[in-house]
Amino acid sequence: MHDRGGWPTQAPIDRREHDLADWELLMDALENTLEARGVMNTDEMRRGIESMPLAEYESVSYYERWLFTTETILEEKGVLLPGELDERVSS
Amino acid sequence: MTFAAGDDVVVSSREHTGHNRTPGYLKGRRGTVVRAHDSFRNPETHAYGGDGLPKERLYLVSFALTGGDRVLADIFEHWLERAA
Amino acid sequence: MSHDHSHEPITTAAEPPAAARVRALADLLVEKRVVEREEIRRRIDWLVSRTPAHGARLVARAWVDPSFKERALDDARLAALELGLDPGESPQVIALENTDEVHHMVVCTLCSCYPKALLGPPPDWYKSLPYRSRAVSDPRGVLREFGLELDEDVEVRVVDSTADVRYIVIPRRPPGTEGLDEEELAALVTRDSMVGVTEPASPS
Repeated sequence: MHDRGGWPTQAPIDRREHDLADWELLMDALENTLEARGVMNTDEMRRGIESMPLAEYESVSYYERWLFTTETILEEKGVLLPGELDERVSS
Repeated sequence: MTFAAGDDVVVSSREHTGHNRTPGYLKGRRGTVVRAHDSFRNPETHAYGGDGLPKERLYLVSFALTGGDRVLADIFEHWLERAA
Repeated sequence: MSHDHSHEPITTAAEPPAAARVRALADLLVEKRVVEREEIRRRIDWLVSRTPAHGARLVARAWVDPSFKERALDDARLAALELGLDPGESPQVIALENTDEVHHMVVCTLCSCYPKALLGPPPDWYKSLPYRSRAVSDPRGVLREFGLELDEDVEVRVVDSTADVRYIVIPRRPPGTEGLDEEELAALVTRDSMVGVTEPASPS
């Protein structure tokens, strides 16, 4: 569902732009730091995004996809324990 | 290196599961090699904890669009076959 | 439920819930020594430092120096380095030349691959589902939305960055710019013209 070339759509291009928010810059830098350290790689990162359910993929913002994949891959590798981030967010 | 600029090729139309960088809209399409790039780690294995080796050659291939326009894409060697 | 504000997630009203989650993730990973705070900061600084002015310098040089242009068409990473520009971590960057006969336009239908070291972070529209879908099925319709109408005898080449190579467009040099120096030329080169959805600005 990430494979979008030629998908039937007449939707116009929304040309509004936004400067990246602090949290988006952080997400970008964090993910790339993980890659630079060899904790995960770009192909894993993409694979993680591609595993999102279609409705979620289409509705969340760009860097929310990055968050999803980073959590997914890190949990898969045991770098993050299940529920560990939930617990940290709610504490 | 299997292909050279100017070679006519066809993108395989085989199914794939899992991570892959051959877009569906190009599968089964006939095109012409524009350029041979370097070789890169195979994303299909690199995405699942493998090392992506051996590296695969990547080719820029040109395909026809309507009205004389073209679409070009980078396709890995194992997705290309020589066109008849 | 406690009303102690120190237990509130650290988000402002304008941010989505994801913002707090990203910060918590960064904190956790720093604590676990998986990453270092300083490294993250350096990468943020780098990302913020990337602007289309970098790519514009490469284009302006290509316009005035045909042999530099040829080198950029072959290997824009090396060409960028010649100018002291940072081509980023992409293993390969290639420049695509627009001529009177050929107009290039870049997309990543599968995700959002983009030469961000030379152009800065990609705009939202480049990452959008409509652009990714329509660029390869209706490129002239997309260009029309950006205000660019090309003659029928111009060949549009849509380049889909599907793998490790990144692409930057060298747009056509505008007419009436013969007397301009490189700096003045670079000022005409817009980000959108280096993605290939518009032409550069004309001299005023």
